[in-house]
Amino acid sequence: MSQPIASRRQSYWDLRAAGNFIGGGSGAGLVVMAALAALAGAPFRLALALGLAGVLLGLSLVWLEIGKPWRALNVFFHPRTSWMTREGIVASLLFPAGLAASLMASPAATSLAALLAGGFLYCQARILRAARGIPAWRQAEIVPLILATGLAEGSGLYLLVGTATTAAIGCALLAALAREAAWRAYRAGLAGTQLAAPSLAVFDSPAARGARAAQVAAVALMVLALVAARLAPEVSASLGVAAGALAAGGGWGLKALLITRAAFTRPVAIPAMPMRGSSDARAWRTSRS
Amino acid sequence: MTRYVMVADLRRCVGCQTCTAACKEGNGTPPGVQWRRVLDLESGTYPNVHRVFVPVGCQHCANPPCLEVCPSTATRQRPDGIVTIDYDLCIGCSYCIMACPYDARSLVDRTHYAFGDTPTPAEAARVHHQTSGVATKCTFCAKRIDAGVARGLVPGTDPEATPLCVNSCISGALSFGDIDDPAGPVAELLAENQWFRMHESEGTEPGFYYIWDKGTL
Repeated sequence: MSQPIASRRQSYWDLRAAGNFIGGGSGAGLVVMAALAALAGAPFRLALALGLAGVLLGLSLVWLEIGKPWRALNVFFHPRTSWMTREGIVASLLFPAGLAASLMASPAATSLAALLAGGFLYCQARILRAARGIPAWRQAEIVPLILATGLAEGSGLYLLVGTATTAAIGCALLAALAREAAWRAYRAGLAGTQLAAPSLAVFDSPAARGARAAQVAAVALMVLALVAARLAPEVSASLGVAAGALAAGGGWGLKALLITRAAFTRPVAIPAMPMRGSSDARAWRTSRS
Repeated sequence: MTRYVMVADLRRCVGCQTCTAACKEGNGTPPGVQWRRVLDLESGTYPNVHRVFVPVGCQHCANPPCLEVCPSTATRQRPDGIVTIDYDLCIGCSYCIMACPYDARSLVDRTHYAFGDTPTPAEAARVHHQTSGVATKCTFCAKRIDAGVARGLVPGTDPEATPLCVNSCISGALSFGDIDDPAGPVAELLAENQWFRMHESEGTEPGFYYIWDKGTL
């Protein structure tokens, strides 16, 4: 009877878990963008509400995934070391802070909401980092990648639901470029390990290439939109909206792959083969005496 | 201070899977869930081929990553080193499964049986409904150990206080005991043989030792 010895694709976290990283990441990024818009005096309430809804949707999807949903409040029991507990605590603070920011529209309230949204995003990144059984997640570079991806998705969504102003497109471009840098660093880090070959194969799949193409196209369109803002302002916003959709959609696709398809367990490895025939009788007696 | 560990002598293991069957029988794990597995590893190319059978399962680490990530504190560590799961606290988030470098944990969403929805008499006698929807893993047969110790028995020496997989091993490959007892079987085995622990670089300090040759390190 043979047992699997190589990496195994994890099957416990499916699209519902990926939905938490997609909804939560995009939502948190959108809350940050909404707060920036509020500080700049631009309309922000719709983006803020949608951002909070994204976080709520993501957490709801996780609730649907866990084995004992009616014990969900137990998630708050281990703040000392568990990033999942910390994520829950930050989320429970984010919603009232977001509501207060929407009602008060004060710089302090919106800044607090943005800070908590950033904290939520950081917790999500650390959740993956602490998953030491999954080489593709435990990479140190996963933290900046999840942070940058969340901000790129959120700022992309802001171009869709807010106003695709030059400033907003500029922010989205910065976030998208940060994601590009983080992705390259993550891939390089992954390639430097001996354990991530199956994950790298997933990232070379047509689906992953499609998601990456959308992200790169988003960057190109954002640059075009900024150029068009000077030459042909009437098309700049349209380009910004298209870029935003690609930035968000590309991020979602890659996150879905990262959680559900590229997550392989660590293979068994033994540093020494047994020297058969050398087992001494003394050991036998000892173990059975 | 007591620290229970398991030792697998890779020179002795013949890959018979009796330990796997004994664990499954004793703990009533559902289909697809095996707390004690024996991997069949092959390496090299013909004619220089090596084959080794490697018993695996929860390593009862001194620094368990599963305990660190568990959001509900369901995963705990006893003073004797055994890592446990409180089935009444666990929310079934599977985060501990992702954190375990040894792929030692399982979760099934609902109780199911080998032959459809109706349990066999043996399954009906052993099914544990409280383990559905929560993470499960090898416990080192902690209840058995505790019951044995309460009767004055010595785990690893007295079968009634020893994990089922160790009792069932036909080749004497598996041993169990208190590593801090210098006169105990485990300490003596480790002192007289060369051993390694899986993924030592993780810093998890596993409580599962693999003997591969005689002589000291």
